[in-house]
Order: sequence, then C-alpha cells, then structure tokens
Amino acid sequence: MSISRREFLKGALAGGTLLATGAPAEARENKTMPDEALGLLYDSTLCIGCKACVSACKEVNNMPPEFSTPEHLWDTPLDISGKTLNVIKVYQDGNSQTKDSEKDGFAFMKVSCLHCVDPSCVSACPVSAMTKDKVTGIVGYDKSICIGCRYCVAACPFGVPRFQYDTPVPQISKCQLCRHRIPDGQYAGCAQVCPTGATLYGKVKDLHAEAKRRLALKPGEETQFPRGNINTHDQSSHTAKAAKYLPEIYGEKELGGTQMLKLSAVPFEKLGMPKLPEQSYAAKSETMQHTLYGNALAIPLAFLGVLTYVAKRNVKHDDDADDEKK
Amino acid sequence: MNDDTIENEKSMVALEKRLDISRRTFMQMCAAMAATMGLPKSAEAAIAKAVATKQRPSVIWLQFQECTGCTESLLRAEHPAIDKLILDIISLDYHETLFAAAGHQADAARKSAMKAHKGKYILVVEGAIPTKDNGIYCKIGGQTAIELLKECAADAAAVIAIGSCASWGGMPSTPPNPTGATSVSEILGKVVPNIPGCPPNPYNFLSTVVHFLTFGKLPDVDEKGRPKFAYSRLVHENCERRAHFDAGRFAMEFGDDGHKKGYCLYKLGCKGPETYANCPAILFGDVGNASWPVGTGHPCIGCTEKGIVFTKPIHALADLKTMRPPVGFPRVVEEQGIGATLGAAVLTAAVAGAAVGAGMQLAKNLGKDVKLDESEPAKKEERNPS
Amino acid sequence: MSAAHNHPAPAPLGGPLWTPTTKILAALVALAGVILLVRFIFGLGAVTNINDGYTWGIWVVYDVVIGSAFACGGYSVALLVYIFNKGEYHPMVRPALLASLFGYTLAGAGVIFDLGRYWNFWHIFWPGYAQPNSVMFEVAVCISAYIVVMWIEFSPAFLEKFGKKDTKKKLNKVLFFLIALGTVLPSMHQSSLGSLLVVFGYQVHPLWQSILLPLFYLMTAITIGFAIVVFEACLSSAGFKRPLEMHLLGKLSKVMLWTLAAYLAIRFVDLAVRGALGNMFALNIEAFMFWVETALFVAPLVILSNAQARKNPAKLFIAACSLIMAGFILRINSFLVGYETGPGWHYFPSVSEIMVSIGMIALEILGYIVLVRYLPILSGNNEASAVATNK
Repeated sequence: MSISRREFLKGALAGGTLLATGAPAEARENKTMPDEALGLLYDSTLCIGCKACVSACKEVNNMPPEFSTPEHLWDTPLDISGKTLNVIKVYQDGNSQTKDSEKDGFAFMKVSCLHCVDPSCVSACPVSAMTKDKVTGIVGYDKSICIGCRYCVAACPFGVPRFQYDTPVPQISKCQLCRHRIPDGQYAGCAQVCPTGATLYGKVKDLHAEAKRRLALKPGEETQFPRGNINTHDQSSHTAKAAKYLPEIYGEKELGGTQMLKLSAVPFEKLGMPKLPEQSYAAKSETMQHTLYGNALAIPLAFLGVLTYVAKRNVKHDDDADDEKK
Repeated sequence: MNDDTIENEKSMVALEKRLDISRRTFMQMCAAMAATMGLPKSAEAAIAKAVATKQRPSVIWLQFQECTGCTESLLRAEHPAIDKLILDIISLDYHETLFAAAGHQADAARKSAMKAHKGKYILVVEGAIPTKDNGIYCKIGGQTAIELLKECAADAAAVIAIGSCASWGGMPSTPPNPTGATSVSEILGKVVPNIPGCPPNPYNFLSTVVHFLTFGKLPDVDEKGRPKFAYSRLVHENCERRAHFDAGRFAMEFGDDGHKKGYCLYKLGCKGPETYANCPAILFGDVGNASWPVGTGHPCIGCTEKGIVFTKPIHALADLKTMRPPVGFPRVVEEQGIGATLGAAVLTAAVAGAAVGAGMQLAKNLGKDVKLDESEPAKKEERNPS
Repeated sequence: MSAAHNHPAPAPLGGPLWTPTTKILAALVALAGVILLVRFIFGLGAVTNINDGYTWGIWVVYDVVIGSAFACGGYSVALLVYIFNKGEYHPMVRPALLASLFGYTLAGAGVIFDLGRYWNFWHIFWPGYAQPNSVMFEVAVCISAYIVVMWIEFSPAFLEKFGKKDTKKKLNKVLFFLIALGTVLPSMHQSSLGSLLVVFGYQVHPLWQSILLPLFYLMTAITIGFAIVVFEACLSSAGFKRPLEMHLLGKLSKVMLWTLAAYLAIRFVDLAVRGALGNMFALNIEAFMFWVETALFVAPLVILSNAQARKNPAKLFIAACSLIMAGFILRINSFLVGYETGPGWHYFPSVSEIMVSIGMIALEILGYIVLVRYLPILSGNNEASAVATNK
C-alpha cells in the first residue's frame, strides 16, 4: 500500500495547520520571578558617568583591561565583551549641555546583564550552562558545562552574553550579579562603589517599590536617595532633587520582566534599550517546541509508526523481488 | 634711539626707583599678569609700558557686609606684593581696613579723592549690600550702604565687585537672608564686573585692574559679569584629580585609603563639576603645588557660585554642569566588527563567478552533448502493464 | 506494483583517483585543514570575522544549516521511493544517500570546529546536562542520530563491495525501520533549524521571523532535496560521461514544483497575515535580498512551467540551480542579512573563513568522486567510464 498524492496533501495540510496554530493547549506562560529575587535598580538620572562601577566590576571579577586607544594605557572598553561585564554608555544630542535632556543634552546608561525573569539564554542553552537560580533568580553561567555554541549570544534580546574570540579556550562572559561574593556577605561590586546610588542593589520587590516612589515625586522635589544595598543599608543615603523621570520602569514587563530595573529621563530606546513585548521569546520558542515534540514526542512517534508500516510494505516487496530474481 | 624709547627708558628707571625692584622682577610680574589673563606674549610689553608710564589710577575701596577676606586675600599676593607694588601701581585713596586714619578724616579723604579724580577713579566694592528696611543694617558714617554705593558709583570710571558677597550676595544672603543682602549689580541696576570667590584668588582681581589700566577697558565678561579668563571653565575641567573621576576612583571618607592616595573627592561632596573658577590653574597663596582646597584633600565648596556655596550642604553631591566626555567614552552605538574586506569580496565574487560560469557551461552541454537514455521508452512500456 | 528493479545493479565506477580535478580538490581540503589548525591553536577570532553582533557566521550558517539542507537529497529520494513507493527512482537512492551522508557528516564536523568549547561537546547528549527545551538540543540529537542511521542505511554499498552477503541480508530485514527513521529525523531537524530563529524574536527581520519558520525550513529542505538530486544527476552525467535519466528527472521535477508552489503560497500568506508584506518595498538591504530570494524561488516555476521544458536537461539544471540558490539565500537571509542584534555591528566572512567552507565543499565533492569510483553506488550504465573523466 502506498499513500496516494491526495492523502499526502491532506496530511501535509493538516500538519501545516497544526504548526501554524501552535496548538494553544501546549502554550507555556512566562516564568514568574522568585519572591526573594535579587537585582539592581539603575537610575540614569543619578548616574554621573564616573565609571566607578566599570572599574569595580573588573576588580571583583578579575577581568583584564580592554584597550580601545592606540596607547594601551588604561582600561577603556567601548562595550561589554569577553573582557568586560559592565560599561556605562553616554547618549549625546546637539551641544550636550544639559544632563538628562533628550534635546541638546546628555545621559548615561548602564549596560550589563538584566537577569531576565524568563531568560532567552537559559532556554536556548542546549547543555544547561546558563541557569536561573531558583531562589535569587540570578542568571548564572558555568563554563565547565558550556560547549561554546554561542546560541545564548545570538538569542539574548539585549545582546548581553559575549564570547572570547581571541583564545583557544574561550568562554561566555556576562555579569552574574557577583553571586560569587554572596557567601562572603558581599554584594554586587557596581552597586557597592556607586557614589550617587545610581546603581542600587537589593531584593527586586524592594527596588521596585523604590522605583515607584521616585516616579511619584515631582520633578525638582528634594528627596533621599539610598546607596549601596537597599536592604542592609550599608551606606548613607544622600539628598538631591528628583529629576523629570519618564513615567516608566524599564524591565517591569519587558519579556516577562527583568531583575535589573531602569529609570530614565531620556527615552529608553535612545539609550539602547529596545521596546519589547510582554511575552518572552523563551515562552514562544518553547511553546512551539512542546507543540511539536511534547507529550514524549507523540507527534514524531506517530509519524514514525505510520512511516514504518508503509516502508515495511514497500521495502519488503523489493527484497522479495531480489530473492526471486536470484 | 627715538623719543619714545628714551621716554620709556626714563620711565623704567623712575619705576625701578619708585617700586624698589629690579626691572627683571618687574617684567616677570607683567608676564605673569598677562599669562593669568590668557593674553598673548606681546601683552607683557604693553602692560609694562602702562604700569611704567601711566598715571597711577585712583581706587576707592568700599566695604559693606563682608568679612574682609577679599582684602586679606589681596594682602597675600606676591606678584605684585601689595605693600610694594599695588599701592604704587594704583593709588589706593580709600580703604577702611588699610587706612591709618579713621572716622571723619577717612571720610573726608574719600570725598576729596572723589572730587579730584571725578569720572576717573575705579570703585571696588567688597561685601553685600543689605536692602531690608531701607538698608539700615549696614551704615557707615551715617549713610546706608545703598546710599554710599550709589554716591560713589555715580562718578566712577569703573565699578568692580570683588568677592562672592559683592558679586551675588554671598554669605550674608544665605537663606533666609534676614537683611536682604544683595549684589552690587542689583543695587546699581546694571551688571558690573564681578570677581566672585570666597575669597577670590587675588590675581583674578589684579589682572582685571591691570587690564583696565593697559587697554582702557575691562576684560571680556560672561553674562554674570565674571571675567571669562577666570570664570569660563568649571573647576572639574581643569582639576588635577580629574583622571580619578574618569576612572571611577573615589575617596569615600576622609582619611581612608582612597583619600590618602589623592583620589577624586566627588563622593565627599566636591562641587567642582558645577562651579566655574580657575582655582586648579592658578592655585592660592603662592606656596606651590596643590595649594587649593581639592589639592589639600577637601572637596570644593563652590564658593564662586550662587545657589551652591552656603546653600547646598558641603557634602551633598554635585550636579554635573557640562558633559565633555573623554574621547573614549563609549557611545550607545559603537561600530564594531569587520565588514567585507577587499580580499573576502574578491574571493566571494570569484567563487560565485566560477560557480555561475561552470553552471552555465554545464547547462549548455546538457542541452547538446549528453545522450538521453535510449532504453527508457522500452522500460516505460514494461512498467505499465495496465 | 513495485517494479523498481528493471535497471542494472549498482557497481563501482572505476577509473583513476588522481585527476587534475581531485588534485585541486585535495589541495583545497589541505588548505582548509591548515586554517583549522590555526583556529584550534589561536581561537576562532584568528581565522574568522565572527563577533558578538554576528556570532554565527558562515561556518554555522553555510556549513551546518545550508550544508545539511543541501544534503537532503537522500531524504527526499527516500521519501519518494520508500514512502510513496515510486520504485522507478530507486537507482537514485544510493548516489543521493552518499551525497547526504557526506553533507551531514561534514555538517557535523563543521559544528565541532565552530564550537568554542568543543571538548564539552558530549554534554549535549548527557542526561543531567542536556536541556530539552533548547531547540539546539533537539537539532544536535536529531542530526547525530540521523548521521548514524545514514551510515547504517548506506552500509549495503560497503557490504556488497566486501562481499558480506549474509550481514547484508540481516540488515535488509530491519532496513525499513531505518528508512522510516531516516524520514522522520530529517523532518524534525530540518524544521528545527528554522525553529532556532524563533527565540531571537525581534532580532530577526519581520520578512523572515515567523512561528511558521519550522514549516518553511522543512518545505524548502524537501524541495531543495529534489533539486539537489537533479543537480547531482546532471553533474554526475556530465562529469562521468553517463547518460542522463531524463524520464525520472522530469517526473521528479514535477513533484519538486508542487512542493515549491505550496511553500510559496504558505510563505506569502504568512507574510500577509503578519502584516509584513510592506517591508518588501523598503529601500534597504533586507528588502533587496528578500526579492533576490523570492526571484530564485519563483524562477523554476516559470522555467519549468510546461511539460516540454521539463524534458530539457539544460532547463532542468538551471531550475534546480535556482532552487538550490533560493534555499541557500533563504537561510543566509534569515540568519545573517535579516539578523541584527543591535546597530553598529558589521560582519562579512574573512578570506580564511571562506576558504574553510570551500574546503568542506571540496571534501564533499572529493569524497563523492572517490567513493563513487570505489564502491557500488551508481547504477551500471557506465560504458564510457574508465577514460572519460579528465576535466
């Protein structure tokens, strides 16, 4: 017996429809953030571009200097890379006179891992080298497991994981929120040295509350800004005037949320933070995979069953013919 | 030698006698003065000539709500030293602190000087002027500061406000400003040259006066009346610790490791990023290197700026006034990666070309040379029995 | 019903192994080997232009994604012969299978030298490490399984050569299962090579990003598979001076055209439904490359529109080439041209990077030539075999 052309087309159409609709029964929701998730609050209006965080990050993570000038005099990274986990970038417009002004002004943006709630890199990694901690939610990397396929580099919507192309024993490079310092009772180096509290460390729920508090202030209103760790209050806060914030917390909903939240007075897109939908790409990709291969490979196995039957019939006759001939 | 030169020579000799310094020292002074004002080298000669030949201008110096710090600062100038040079370069016809006389005698000296040099004297004002309750909070010789200022300013050739108090109100105007202390410019209704600072560097004042003396007009000023040669740049822009700021090295507390190493004092409240002054360039006190607040390890308090000193807490963090990023500050979009090199493009084109060429050749051949399988029709019949 | 065996049995082609052609191919392979040595000593950056903006360059996109698609000849012909029981295509099976075998094995090898930490490669199969949610996991496991299946499927050729008739008979008893596997596995991973892109989200241009990517990649893989068979048949015919089985190829091309038409229909309906059609008319490189891709897909439909044209070997060959290039460009577009992690990144393969891919192709062709001469693969219509091939 063979499948007629008609039957084949019917089957193909059915299969295609199945794929196209993505079988909602299998849809995976965005992952949710652990209660005690740790993260950062980066306030672009407080940032003065001093790069203490860039310097501190290199020190606590033992990263080498990166040179972008002909004289290799000091660490001048232009972007995160295999040697740099964190940089501050500047936005400039017109004569760059006024801080946090979109026109004729300048503003800063911290570029480092956002520790997504539903990370694309964790979903993409075929060997579980990228993992999300169940308690802290920190997205960690283990080079002893990594195969260097760089799927995470390509998948991350923020372009965070970077790779070391200049060595025969490369690894992926990205901020891990200084999780190696937690056993010593320390926390993220960037937050620890920030002189203005632009980078603040702590439990995401508390950082979120602080972000909301700032957005509720009137521009120019004097207020206390905490520094260092918002939960342990290890550093004094300082008084300054609230800026004219955009009424938006970046990372609140983007792709299911991130554990590094950002505030700014200049539109986020101009600072390199793209507009993103709420459904995470990991959820989209995994829903598709589960639809096709879920339920212990139900669909492929069904196909295999049918094809085995058909092939058996056809191949058997060939062999019989062969034997008869001989 | 022409007449002019002979005249110069005579003047120089007279000057040397008058000031009791060598010509060499005098020329060095003029050179330093020119440098402070950012004038070209040729200005030295002009300054020297002006100082040597011109009549010493009369200067009337008024003091109102002030601490006399500006005068004290001037007293500590070395080049020219005030006792030798300033009192001889200019004719200080009224100065309450430095005068031996007092009371009615001093007052009389002022009035006669004003009469004698009407329209030609320079009025220097030190201290703020109270305006509350008709200005009774500062009276000298029965007159309020407002009256005195207006009277003296009326016949002056130029008015210079020295110190933050005279420039914008200074310490007396610290909120809630109970006496209504205001600046000279506000009382007179026009922007006069201001030399803010608490105290200002004496050379900023001296250079301004010498400029006037030499060129007959005051140096270029900004919209607040501050000479641009001294107040057009932020302290932050010329600070010797700027590299530490740019590299993120800060002193966190007085006496800590970073502080001992001379790191940036931003986190201790340095107002350098929002204060216009030339302190890091010319320093204070002529005692050499690092003789200014930041150099000694204390954050700048922004003493020239209204709204900063006496208003913002000393240890509150400064706002960044102007962004002049270091050349290497990473931008949001940086060009990265290698696009097509000549070699790669040529190779790709060659491979593509060869493939297309071979393909076309093969297609041509297929049309002509290849034999079709002649046994095919026979097979076809065999295969379709029905 | 299966009257597939009225053609001569496969036999080694014979003839000289060292010809100018094989010598040049060997040289290209050697050069690629040297470059790879440099890669292993100094790192990927030493011989490629890949960077963090374009971290998958042509070693992944060509060698693996496109290379494996080109290797779908075996898949498509097996589908025809063993599933749709078109026994008349039987003589095409072994050569197609050989090309597939080489294509996939080299794609697998290509993966190894692109991996940064290749010594951990086995983690992808190891329980505890393997992460089944990842599309790449599924691609890797499927491709590896398929390579094994193909080597087994191909073993009859070896067994015949070495006269192991009994082993061959035993193998034949389970061949049907392997064939079924050899149809399911490529369906899975060829579609998943498209699924890889879904997690990239907005980074893939709307002209290519779609939830139907797996379907597009699968349909084009099948279509290219047929085109490859035509292409290789023409090449073999010209190269080894053998007659061209036009009857078979003509019929094959008809199947190919139907699958192509179905693909194009779904592709454009998808673009319309997603509201992405407008992007075609933008003035940028993405729109331009989209037109190139579409033109290459549509051309065969035009060229082979009538039965007469389908009897013309030259037209058949050109149409097959166009289709192969279309599949190539579709993958280049979705992974490279239409991929942007952010502004400011540039990538074009370096000379050494290109030479390695060329070396891989050379190895494939060289291997094909050598094995076809040495093993019973091509069916015995080889009168002018020995002297004829001196290109």
